[in-house]
Amino acid sequence: MTVDKKTLKELYTRTLKVRRFEEKVWDLFGENIVPGTLHLYLGQEAVAAGVTTALKKTDWIQSTHRGHGHVVAKGADMNAALAELLGKASGSCKGKGGSMHITQFDAGVLGATGVVASGLPIAVGAALSCQMRGTDDVVACFFGDGASNNGTFGESLNMSAIWKLPLIWVVENNLYAMGTPIKMMCPSANIAQRADGYCIPNVVVDGNNTLAVYNATVEAVKRARAGEGPTLIECQTYRMKGHSRFDAAKYRPEDEAKHWLSEERDAVRIIREIAIEQGALTEKEAEKIDSKIAGEVEKAAEFAKKSEYPKPEETLEDLFAEVL
Amino acid sequence: MPEITYRDALKAGLREEMLRDERVFIMGEDVGLNWGGAFKVTKGLAEEFGEDRVRDTPISENTIAGAAVGAAITGMKPVAEIMFGDLITLAMDQVCNQAAKMRYMFGGQTSVPLVLRTVFGGGKNIASHHSQSLEAWFMHTPGLKIVVPAFAYDAKGLIKTAIRDPDPVMFFEHKLVYDKKEEVPDEDYTIPFGQARVRREGADVTVWGTLFMLHKALEVADELQKEGISVEIIDPRTLAPLDTKTLIESVKKTGRLVLVTEETKTGATTAEIAAIIQEEAFDWLDAPIKRVNAPDTPVPFSPPLEEYFIPDNKRIAQAIRDIM
Repeated sequence: MTVDKKTLKELYTRTLKVRRFEEKVWDLFGENIVPGTLHLYLGQEAVAAGVTTALKKTDWIQSTHRGHGHVVAKGADMNAALAELLGKASGSCKGKGGSMHITQFDAGVLGATGVVASGLPIAVGAALSCQMRGTDDVVACFFGDGASNNGTFGESLNMSAIWKLPLIWVVENNLYAMGTPIKMMCPSANIAQRADGYCIPNVVVDGNNTLAVYNATVEAVKRARAGEGPTLIECQTYRMKGHSRFDAAKYRPEDEAKHWLSEERDAVRIIREIAIEQGALTEKEAEKIDSKIAGEVEKAAEFAKKSEYPKPEETLEDLFAEVL
Repeated sequence: MPEITYRDALKAGLREEMLRDERVFIMGEDVGLNWGGAFKVTKGLAEEFGEDRVRDTPISENTIAGAAVGAAITGMKPVAEIMFGDLITLAMDQVCNQAAKMRYMFGGQTSVPLVLRTVFGGGKNIASHHSQSLEAWFMHTPGLKIVVPAFAYDAKGLIKTAIRDPDPVMFFEHKLVYDKKEEVPDEDYTIPFGQARVRREGADVTVWGTLFMLHKALEVADELQKEGISVEIIDPRTLAPLDTKTLIESVKKTGRLVLVTEETKTGATTAEIAAIIQEEAFDWLDAPIKRVNAPDTPVPFSPPLEEYFIPDNKRIAQAIRDIM
């Protein structure tokens, strides 16, 4: 599939934006101003960037506990996103959600969830809603390799298939469910083939290659908008950091980590080289985009730091539409 | 005014709301053409509104509930049915972690206007997995509204309010009230949440109860009237929001309170009501608060066992006499 230069530039920009955002989160964490825990998206940027670039603004995504990258890639306001991570009143969830619920509805994010595999049923309902309301919107549902062992995986894939829902199932296979290797917990060579049992077309792509993810998603979106039903895309990728805040990921074999974390496998580098090679970017333009994004992220961090914490009594707000 | 059954009153309410608002749709196991719901509440609706809006689902409770969440947050008004209340255990994540929390943990960014109907209660000899009364679990979950209609008039008015409500509503029916008849207006009416109804006025003792136990309490009140005991009976109609004002006023008048539900005793809704009354109306009590509940066991099968398990008129009457 040939991809125009503008799109290639966008794929690079989005991949980089997620990377710089997460690097900033890591820095802020180092400053000890991020409460709670974090599941960083570093290393998996190509998945969020590739999928969301194939979507339009009114399409929806369903996120996970490792959701910062999804939300940023879908076009969320970075000020509100970073402020949320710091627990500030100006955060997108007014400081009530934090890292695991970093949602921006108006950017088309249905939610980020702390319960692994709980997003799949919600994506089914959102896609059913898109279908019943007669829109041409689609839903992309992100989930990890670990989630594919949960009961909702079977329930939700089945329901999406029988109703031919406009859904793209995106498995981010980063090889580990927390510390457990997927090869210990899944008998098949890949996760994608599980979709065969539900008659859902499926494909395995390099999840560190934004262009490969984008191309697969474009095909899936085409099918979904044409009323032909769901597709499952397995994106094989790797975390640059551990599972959460204090995990050094020592359980990953050295040679495996060395391979995945090498420069050749770096998502930003891969899409940058493709874009330059295909004439969509010059080195100079690439640098310019980088410094522009770095500036935006820096501003967002300043905004988040300067923002106020919510008032303690705001604990009691937002439970129901009206106060009872 | 026509006398119709509770079942037909519910159906009339559902039908009127489906005519009124095209976003309203029904989904659940066997709710559609072939069956019309295990208790026939939706019978005929698929014929009238089509199988898209009265939608049979696979046996996938967690995804039924989750799909209702996803549809609700994207512009639809789903009425999901879980065939038996006992099976809601399979949907607890979507009900309690997602539907109940979404508005709050996303800082008010979204509403979850769904209704989840299910049926509680014993009396049909269908044992431990088809007879429980689990209201208290949901009363312990902030973010849910809980409706417990015991009479046909309330069933119609409350289902209509539930469907129009912007927040998630748990709508709990009882197997033994579907055939109970009452005068129900043909026209449109709604009943506000959080308003108890005094089913019978009395001077000596207040009985607060829910669902089928109210029907028994009314019979008991007639019996005790002959002994010169005047019983006031209060039906909360909704457990969340809870009308404590009507109950407190009644207790201040009678000085005595008996609480009757079909739940197992420990941690039941009756325990919460007893706690509220001792906090709010302790000085007006002339006797200890009495609870009439099922024993702390699963619901047994054999008729003499089940009869022993479910509170009967004799036990309710005895509890009242004990504190006179």
